[in-house]
Amino acid sequence: MAAASCTLRSTPLPAAVGSPAARSLLAASTRPVRANQRCLVVKAQKRELMMWEALREGLDEEMERDPTVCLMGEDVGHYGGSYKVSHGLYKKYGDMRLLDTPICENGFMGMGVGAAMTGLRPIVEGMNMGFLLLAFNQISNNCGMLHYTSGGQFKVPMVIRGPGGVGRQLGAEHSQRLESYFQSIPGVQLVACSTAANSKALLKSAIRSDNPIIFFEHVLLYNVKGEVHGPDYCQCLERAELVREGTDVTIFCYSRMRYVVMQAVAELEKQGYNPEVVDLISLKPFDMETISKSIKKTRKAIIVEECMKTGGIGASLSAVIHESLFNELDHEVLRLSSQDVPTSYAYELEAATIVQPEKVVAAVHKVCGVRVAA
Amino acid sequence: MLAAWRTVAQRRQCPRAPALLAAARHLASQTAAASTQSASVAAEVPSSSSGSEPSARLLSSSQQPEERMDFPGGSVPFTAAMSFLGGTFSPRAPLPCYRTIDSAGLAIADADIPHELDQETAVKMYKTMVTLQTVDVIFYEAQRQGRFSFYMTSSGEEATAIGSAAALTNDDVIFSQYREQGVIMYRGFSVQDMAHQCFGNIHEQGKGRQMPIHYGSKALNFHTISSTLATQLPHAVGAAYALKLQKRNACAVAYFGEGAASEGDFHAALNFAATLKAPVVFICRNNGWAISTPATDQYRGDGIAGRGPGYGMASLRVDGGDARAVYNATAAARKIAVEQQVPVLVEAMSYRSGHHSTSDDSSRYRAAEEMRQWRARDPVARFQRWLVDQGWWSDAQDTSARQEARRDVIKALETAQKAPKPPLSAMFEDVYARMPWHLEKQQAEVFAHVRTHPDACPADIPVK
Repeated sequence: MAAASCTLRSTPLPAAVGSPAARSLLAASTRPVRANQRCLVVKAQKRELMMWEALREGLDEEMERDPTVCLMGEDVGHYGGSYKVSHGLYKKYGDMRLLDTPICENGFMGMGVGAAMTGLRPIVEGMNMGFLLLAFNQISNNCGMLHYTSGGQFKVPMVIRGPGGVGRQLGAEHSQRLESYFQSIPGVQLVACSTAANSKALLKSAIRSDNPIIFFEHVLLYNVKGEVHGPDYCQCLERAELVREGTDVTIFCYSRMRYVVMQAVAELEKQGYNPEVVDLISLKPFDMETISKSIKKTRKAIIVEECMKTGGIGASLSAVIHESLFNELDHEVLRLSSQDVPTSYAYELEAATIVQPEKVVAAVHKVCGVRVAA
Repeated sequence: MLAAWRTVAQRRQCPRAPALLAAARHLASQTAAASTQSASVAAEVPSSSSGSEPSARLLSSSQQPEERMDFPGGSVPFTAAMSFLGGTFSPRAPLPCYRTIDSAGLAIADADIPHELDQETAVKMYKTMVTLQTVDVIFYEAQRQGRFSFYMTSSGEEATAIGSAAALTNDDVIFSQYREQGVIMYRGFSVQDMAHQCFGNIHEQGKGRQMPIHYGSKALNFHTISSTLATQLPHAVGAAYALKLQKRNACAVAYFGEGAASEGDFHAALNFAATLKAPVVFICRNNGWAISTPATDQYRGDGIAGRGPGYGMASLRVDGGDARAVYNATAAARKIAVEQQVPVLVEAMSYRSGHHSTSDDSSRYRAAEEMRQWRARDPVARFQRWLVDQGWWSDAQDTSARQEARRDVIKALETAQKAPKPPLSAMFEDVYARMPWHLEKQQAEVFAHVRTHPDACPADIPVK
């Protein structure tokens, strides 16, 4: 397991003595299904795919299974999507179910809302999550609200998905992290995928859910390879993933920061630390069961996120942890976030705006104390 | 419908095919012309041999002028003349306004009536207008008396709402703005239903969550009104798309005002509907005023109907105060939308006789004379006159209908006011399909607070 070179590789699932990742997936497959969560679990059938292929496979399976599932957005049909998530699917399902729209994010978001209220299960793709700022009105005022304001008469089973996050020198407008902007909207659920396996399994659940789900992919993770499950495996949208079991400190992360954290973990292991890493997956609502179980064990928490410090996911999570787990903490929660600046184009400046593995290592030192390597 | 999509697909597969074809044709004609090149043309070419260098021949001026530009969007003819069109240059006459009944209520001879109104429909339309007028007056007064917080009348626009509603089927999915109560009433939403909604009690479909006049009924295929202007227009396109995928014999209908038509969503929806060939009937109520903004401050072009052709959409301007014309316009538009699977735009010209809402006093910005002139051509009175001329209505019937409507409206208000309000627990339901832990927690906190501070919750609102 070449941990040092795992910058862009998903956490592998070795067949050897159960790694935390393998254990968590196996545990998921044998964990009793909670009454209020729909987890369809069968014996896992695994193959290795890149994340974009995994998403595509999940989309294909759901479109085949349910004729009301459709995808709409810019260049999603014949072009197959800017990140190939719908590559070639129009040949199988036609131009109507893979609908190319004119350029108007608020327009096709509203169209998705109307279609969802009329019996379809639309997936709306933003070419870049940042463009969905234009769709904020429809998402906030209608998508999140209409089930409630209509007294439950009309439901909005939509999935809003697309790549976000800081890429490689794409400039400020193409490096937005919208999870923090969207998190306050009542009525929407926020999910962030991070591996080939969970991207496919979560997307399938999101499509089957009756809630509007905002599904965050990361622009730099589409080529991450990993084993994926078969057509019946759906992952719980409200459950966090235990990436690495540990005892010293809990490091919360999501999306690409999972890999940044695991890079830091490789270094921390050498220094004799034993961190527990939890991938949040569900950004709203937080999986308090997993979060509190971990904090009660380690008594220390660090949040590593790519969104800005001010009003970020970490800000909400930190507040919730302090409010409900104050007596379980030996140290205040540390938050590692991006700077509150527009993301620069220049490579070094861009790298300095976001959290790097060294910062995670330094944070663990701060919280756990500096250790001499064993 | 499928053929149209296939053509789009073929064009997509080789978008430059028309351009390449034209270039190839041009090249062929060039090669043919080269053998009969004139001396003046050859003189432009620097090299000595004129017939053996294809590239030199191409550079020389063409004998065959290019007539059209083929580009990914289609094909347009060239012209050497430069002439602007629109704005202050060659202004076009505005689209005329279709009507079948004049301002006094007399039928206009030889008017196009592709969809005759039968007695049953016409009388139902008129009775709904009577009820609507009664509701508007009494509910407005009820708000003034503090019985509920807000109301919007549709005085002056009864014919637009009811005339169009009568031309639709119950399968047509309706999205409205906020001044189309006549539409949902025609479909079967009772005065009692309206009163329940305005009081936000346990009987109303919205479970007391929306402000007054934000009606919605899944059973009547009328979407719950959202306060945001024009957001319903893209919804209608999405619904039409769903109807198209489901191969239903129905269309989506979107109502909006001329002010809302300035919003970006108007442009988005019309462009999408036309480009994607969605069966939507867009019905604009141009009532001349957007709160205090007159239409002359809202747009500079030919109203809303004038925009439709720019999107590639069939458009019609109609007298919104003429119920029979509105009925015909909507029936014709619906037929085009469903049969040809394309969107249609109808602009109904009328006047907002009342204030924008109970939060507005339009006498502050409108001339009394203007309002008086429009009241003189009240759409309900015009339709009544026409109905009487058909022998389908009488003054006696009118008096009795209005008395009955008044009794029903007053009783409905009393019943609605006395009905219990939804419990506090309803505040947290329907936010999601199932209540997540953070809402359960917040709900528990609210209950705990109310238990220890009973006067924090009004006596008439149960907790669970």
